[in-house]
Amino acid sequence: MANLAAVVGIGQTKYMTKRLDVSIAGLVREAAVNALQDADLTWDDIDAVILGKAPDMFEGVIMPEAYLTDALGCNGKPMLRVHTAGSVGGSTALVAASHVQSGMFKRVLTVAFEKQSESNAMWALSNPQPFSTHLNAGAGGYFAPIIREYMRRSNAPYNVGIKVAVKDRLHGARNPLAHLQKPDITMQEVEDSFMLWDPIRFLEACPSSDGACAMIIANEELADKSAKKPAWIRGVAMRSEPTMFAGRDEVNPQAGRDCAADVYKQAGITDPRKDLDCAEVYVPFSWYEPMWLENLGFAPEGEGWKLTMEGATSLDEGGDIPWNCSGGVLSSNAIGASGMIRFAEAARQVRGDAGAHQVEGAKLALGHAYGGGAQFFAMWVVGSEKP
Amino acid sequence: MKEIAIVGFKQSDSVSDAGAVNEVEMIMPVLSSVFQQVGINNAQDVGFVCSGSCDYLQGAAFAFVAGVDALGAVPPIKESHVEMDAAWALYESILKIRMGHAESALIYGFGKSSPGELPIVMSQQLDPYYLAPLWVDSISLAALQARLMLDQGLITERDMAEVVSRSRRNAMNNPHAQLAGDVAPDDVLAEEMYLSPLRKADICPVSDGASAMIIATVDKAKEWGVPYAIISGIDHRIETHNLGMRDLTDSVSTRTAAKRAGMDAGKVEVAELYAPFSHQEIILSRALGLGDETRINPSGGVLAGNLMMASGLSRIGEVFNRIVSGEVQRGIAHATSGPCLQHNLVTVLEKA
Amino acid sequence: MSEEQEVVTVVKAPVYLKYNFTAGAAPARFLAQIKKGVLTGQRCPKCSAVYVPPRGSCGGCGVATEEEVVLSNKATVQSFTIVYIPIPNNPIEPPYIIANVVPDGANISFIHLMSECVNEDVHIGARVEAVWKPKEEWDFAMDNIRYYRPIDEPNVPVDQIGKLPVTGLEG
Repeated sequence: MANLAAVVGIGQTKYMTKRLDVSIAGLVREAAVNALQDADLTWDDIDAVILGKAPDMFEGVIMPEAYLTDALGCNGKPMLRVHTAGSVGGSTALVAASHVQSGMFKRVLTVAFEKQSESNAMWALSNPQPFSTHLNAGAGGYFAPIIREYMRRSNAPYNVGIKVAVKDRLHGARNPLAHLQKPDITMQEVEDSFMLWDPIRFLEACPSSDGACAMIIANEELADKSAKKPAWIRGVAMRSEPTMFAGRDEVNPQAGRDCAADVYKQAGITDPRKDLDCAEVYVPFSWYEPMWLENLGFAPEGEGWKLTMEGATSLDEGGDIPWNCSGGVLSSNAIGASGMIRFAEAARQVRGDAGAHQVEGAKLALGHAYGGGAQFFAMWVVGSEKP
Repeated sequence: MKEIAIVGFKQSDSVSDAGAVNEVEMIMPVLSSVFQQVGINNAQDVGFVCSGSCDYLQGAAFAFVAGVDALGAVPPIKESHVEMDAAWALYESILKIRMGHAESALIYGFGKSSPGELPIVMSQQLDPYYLAPLWVDSISLAALQARLMLDQGLITERDMAEVVSRSRRNAMNNPHAQLAGDVAPDDVLAEEMYLSPLRKADICPVSDGASAMIIATVDKAKEWGVPYAIISGIDHRIETHNLGMRDLTDSVSTRTAAKRAGMDAGKVEVAELYAPFSHQEIILSRALGLGDETRINPSGGVLAGNLMMASGLSRIGEVFNRIVSGEVQRGIAHATSGPCLQHNLVTVLEKA
Repeated sequence: MSEEQEVVTVVKAPVYLKYNFTAGAAPARFLAQIKKGVLTGQRCPKCSAVYVPPRGSCGGCGVATEEEVVLSNKATVQSFTIVYIPIPNNPIEPPYIIANVVPDGANISFIHLMSECVNEDVHIGARVEAVWKPKEEWDFAMDNIRYYRPIDEPNVPVDQIGKLPVTGLEG
């Protein structure tokens, strides 16, 4: 049985296109210092640092944990660097949690970041390799055909993605840290926005952001004494499957379904829509909300879009299961940090510390991240009460 | 705390150029070998999988994703990856077992360094604003470190040559070694300087290859009925990246890690040290206080072949091999990362 | 220190690294065939699935693919996207179609361009065929196939996509 662990501090940066005022070190340090302040702790209280980010090629720094040691106050301490593609922010939080859940550490700092302005992520992802066709027009070019197949299967109306794009930006307008601030966004505006990878329009895709997110995770004894209300980790799970294999269901990947089943079992969840109060789910393209609603068991297969259209996932429409109250990846996407932001925002909800995007009385929340060709999944469930 | 047993290990041959073979093709044979050692079919039969690799070795993002294609990960598996040497993947796996979420784990590391100019590639690991633009390669930095030691009278060139000579001779008994031979210290000293004060022989070769390991709880190891060694301690520490702020002639983090891993609780019969440069082996063995009772790098160490991202795991595997063969009862393995021994991990292994 | 000193917010430090790329043993066999104008896949010895282009293993089973299988020029559209933005390092003018196509005889799709079609008419299950570059331009490269174009054959039912034999729909 794993030792109990809880989030006792959360720190984020303001997400924006270019953080020219800070270096990469300055960016991660800002998030870490914010987390320490939130937890009312100092660097000396941290036993280890667990760092996550997406491919090194995004900033062109190989194994940046070496360079970031000083900025993260890690001299003389253990430092671990996680990389699991887009899911890395979530995986990093899970690896950090395992430091405490294993009983080997009392209190650790975890940080995930991306400084997209110091790189060209689209180039890094499309870096042409000899012998193969150079048709990779960014992540959207990969995911658009999968979305099209979902639309075919589910017979969902064309504007489901548009609705999600509006909903998450309205959520983001409640969150001062969110990159995109679009309080007046309309369905028409999204529909009229430039088509990038049919059926993905410009406003149905995530922005490109600089940013970092940090959390401090402590054991039961220290969490009981924490400055602010802790978010207790009630379940942790990760699953992977290969990018390509014959018969793979790319729309509704088994790795996601299995990962959800595992984390729900640990948290005692039998009906996620009913048992959870809210969820922060990795939705970089709007259509992934209905797809993940099904994959994560919030709706039967083929019916996820109905929840979206009914407003069930909208804070503004008083939905019963708000998704991405922070604005989600559609409002801020610092790639390597995006998964950790989901995990941290879930924790903020159950700590009752989510400001204007707080779900009233939230007690149990899901944090979710995915990466690669929708093949790597990381999830946790956090609760306001000790399990 | 749950005791962890190593139950299987395999390293590929260390070769200067693996040729047409790609990553997944490099990984599959070592995985098959460890599965066979333990008597299991594939990654479905372990509770967790973790790998270590570096995208920049092959020059394309997501190198590790290809690794998943070697696992038989259908149905999906619990799997993670560190952009570090696989010794740290072992560390993550131990956490997973100790928290009770797995009873066993497969760890693998792989690197195909031959496609690029490795020392130049690694210059981009440095501070991106002040150091990386200077393109200071990893060999030049190590040469600075060796120069400090020589000028302070801490070592002589002959000391370094003796390290090389012992490595080459020990490697004659290592079937996977890339560089082996009956080389005397004088032969090394007769070589011309490469990057003063380093001769080519003082520098580990660039190698392609992979290694894999399976660990388990002791109960699971007994259930599998295979010989095993116990990991009685493991710890790692990182130091400042700023080379000017470290005493490069010492390795404080190695000493701390060894202490915390419990190295001093018994005799160290064998030590496998990840020293990519001859003088670094001396720094490490002094930092660890190793004396005559310890045999250092009986495999030849990484001077005989350096599988980037797998060499740290291989050091642990080498000690495991010597324990299960009955040659020794207790030993330590060391792994390193970052320029001039910035980050160090020490594992203590014991006979079951 | 002058108070008017300009604050430096950006330094440019371009990174140039050279690599001798190798495709892998299995891809090399595939490339040797495509140089001769033959599209091949490789069969998994365990689950019998045929992979194209082969990457060295069956991702599902984690074993090497050995047996070489010659595939048809005809294929089925598994899904697609119409792209309105340019691809880095590629001269193709948007909008263009990138489709996941499964050649007859294979069990997995790869992405390729579609052309000679009305973009709006492309659909899942549509039958297409490979249009090759002139023989003298053939190289060790996937883009020896210039693009896929629609052919006049009945749609493939969705549950049959990725399962057709090399002889096609009627075979």
